[in-house]
Amino acid sequence: MTPVDLGMPMVAPRGVGHLRGEQSFPDAARTALGNEQLRRNLGHATSAIRAKRLRVVAEVDDWEQLRRAGETIKAATMARLDEHLARLEQAVTARGGVVHWARDADEANRIVTALVRATGCDEVVKVKSMTTQEIGLNEALADAGIVAYETDLAELIVQLDNDQPSHILVPAIHRNRREIRDIFAEHMPGVPADLTDDPHALAEAARLHLRAKFLSARVAVSGANFAIADTGTLLVVESEGNGRMCLTLPETLITVMGIEKVVPSWRDLEVFLQLLPRSSTGERMNPYTSAWTGVTPGDGPQEFHLVLLDNGRTATLADEAGRSALHCIRCSACLNVCPVYERVGGHAYGSVYPGPIGAVLSPQLTGVEDNASLPYASSLCGACFDACPVRIDIPAMLVHLRARHVEEREKEHRLPSAEQVAMAAAAWTMADGRRFARAGRGARLARFARGRRLPPPLSGWTASRDLPDPPQHTFRDWWRDRDDQP
Amino acid sequence: MRIGLFITCLADTMFPDVGKATVRLLERLGHAIEFPEDQTCCGQMHVNTGYQRQALALIEHHVHAFEGCDVVVAPSGSCVGSVRHQHASVAARAGRTALAERATAVAARTHELSELLVDVLGVTDVGAWFPHRVTYHPTCHSLRMLRVADKPLSLLRAVGGIDLVELPGAEECCGFGGTFALKNADTSSAMLTDKMTAVLGTGAEYVTAGDSSCLMHIGGGLSRLSSGTGAATVRPLHLAQVLASTREQPA
Repeated sequence: MTPVDLGMPMVAPRGVGHLRGEQSFPDAARTALGNEQLRRNLGHATSAIRAKRLRVVAEVDDWEQLRRAGETIKAATMARLDEHLARLEQAVTARGGVVHWARDADEANRIVTALVRATGCDEVVKVKSMTTQEIGLNEALADAGIVAYETDLAELIVQLDNDQPSHILVPAIHRNRREIRDIFAEHMPGVPADLTDDPHALAEAARLHLRAKFLSARVAVSGANFAIADTGTLLVVESEGNGRMCLTLPETLITVMGIEKVVPSWRDLEVFLQLLPRSSTGERMNPYTSAWTGVTPGDGPQEFHLVLLDNGRTATLADEAGRSALHCIRCSACLNVCPVYERVGGHAYGSVYPGPIGAVLSPQLTGVEDNASLPYASSLCGACFDACPVRIDIPAMLVHLRARHVEEREKEHRLPSAEQVAMAAAAWTMADGRRFARAGRGARLARFARGRRLPPPLSGWTASRDLPDPPQHTFRDWWRDRDDQP
Repeated sequence: MRIGLFITCLADTMFPDVGKATVRLLERLGHAIEFPEDQTCCGQMHVNTGYQRQALALIEHHVHAFEGCDVVVAPSGSCVGSVRHQHASVAARAGRTALAERATAVAARTHELSELLVDVLGVTDVGAWFPHRVTYHPTCHSLRMLRVADKPLSLLRAVGGIDLVELPGAEECCGFGGTFALKNADTSSAMLTDKMTAVLGTGAEYVTAGDSSCLMHIGGGLSRLSSGTGAATVRPLHLAQVLASTREQPA
């Protein structure tokens, strides 16, 4: 057979979904840093989850081996992703499901909209799903006159407030209970007038509100945490039971899943169902793990559709140094330990995937230039790598994506930026010992800058920090003088 | 043992006392130091900002300068981290296989100061005397790239007269991150503020660490803070300077 050149895989299209922010990260972060309530909410929530995670991870003797197993299974699966996906399709079809392939967000939204329309319904209930947030499915359905009801408590809070999620697992982490009480009072129909900010009262209000939706809904939309190629089984793990309701009560179930979520066999879940709950919510086991295989006559949804989404994933897979971002199991451990995320929150990243994993995933899904500030949104402290249950080396990947950005800029722009000039000059100076020694002595001239504010981009330093006094002599001068002494 | 000193560009030009302390300490322990004068910079700033092509020349230069040394030491976790975890991969990414191999060989002989003392030279009590209240900040790259663990602390605990106090939230980044402090200055400052609060809360006279860069960041923030309030502040001092300090020759 003659190989056919299909060209480079496509990135996620512009104008649809939530992978690109309107502002660069530093600008968005500046705004977020000015919000003291936000910083308090985040600081409180992330430190609580961090402590919980450390406690339950410490209970597992073979945690490091589990992490390595998770990493290995994911790497091996990605290496034969095409085969596993074809097996998955075959197994799902054999069990009465229908598989759809979506190259990008637009195509996935069109497929789901058409499927809902075919049922004659104008509303759907939803299980919390990052993938449908990624493609902007709710907006696409709304454009078609279909109302999507989020049934995860935190997603509900965000949706009622016409807001965006700011955390992969805890979408309303930026809100405290007083703010949530106000959102319910303002936007939730039939909410008691004397609603307090007591967590039980808030949960009860949400339960009553959602129960009506579960009982009337005929179509549900979900994502998936895992799909098992051997049997065509889909899995959703959750904490509230809303997912179980959505996955069992309606007549039609539509699941939108990124192609990287497939695992070869049930045995692989032994590893991931240990890694995921402990890393995400800090629990030994998540309360609800729902698994379904195609259609079972007389039990659960009688129509099942699986939409397999690419939306930049094949492009990500093509980058040898970046592809392990696809190993992510969406636990959020990297967000909770990240000192940058803790201070600026998720919205500053401009994508549904915030934090360290978002900083490596979003630019790859969209093309680096559409999210060029994200790979720089890290001090490279390395806390994310240590927390990652599948050992994604996020710091190394950030460095790699920074290089991709610089190299793409070099290709596109004829006039070098001030930074490019400075970096080239520094490299020229430091590639030669004598040139560097002369420059080091010249640095003493910087003495004149003492007490003054430096010009941009160095002004970012002197806004909150003093520069040290330049020394009288460099180390190498001292060394030479010392050698000269008898 | 003849030990090659990789001074780092920052210590060479801005903090020569850190280099002098490293020399004094190792000579006191009976070792001969050589200083390959052609050395410049490991290229980490270029690599971490995305300028790998420009960094390649610096990496080649560094490998050439240190290839002749049996053992190399640097008073920096971050620069050793770059040598050990970046040099070979940057060379390999550029298709420079032979350079990658040479870089791997040099990296295997390159140690951060506390690693050299504890792992290679097998000493924890270096005979230092430093009668002050000190808190230790483990820098991110020494902690999570090099995994120096509590080697620096075991060295500090053996220092005569020292009053070592624990730093709350010690393992959290100070917000430096090289050009991160410039490109994301506001976020960096927010991280620095929390680190300074923790440092000041210890009541220490000195904050010490294995990296001049992080100390420049923390010290620069503390200095600005005290110039605003006029209060006495905690002074930054490199681990090498604490360990080099003696009764006869205090830091």
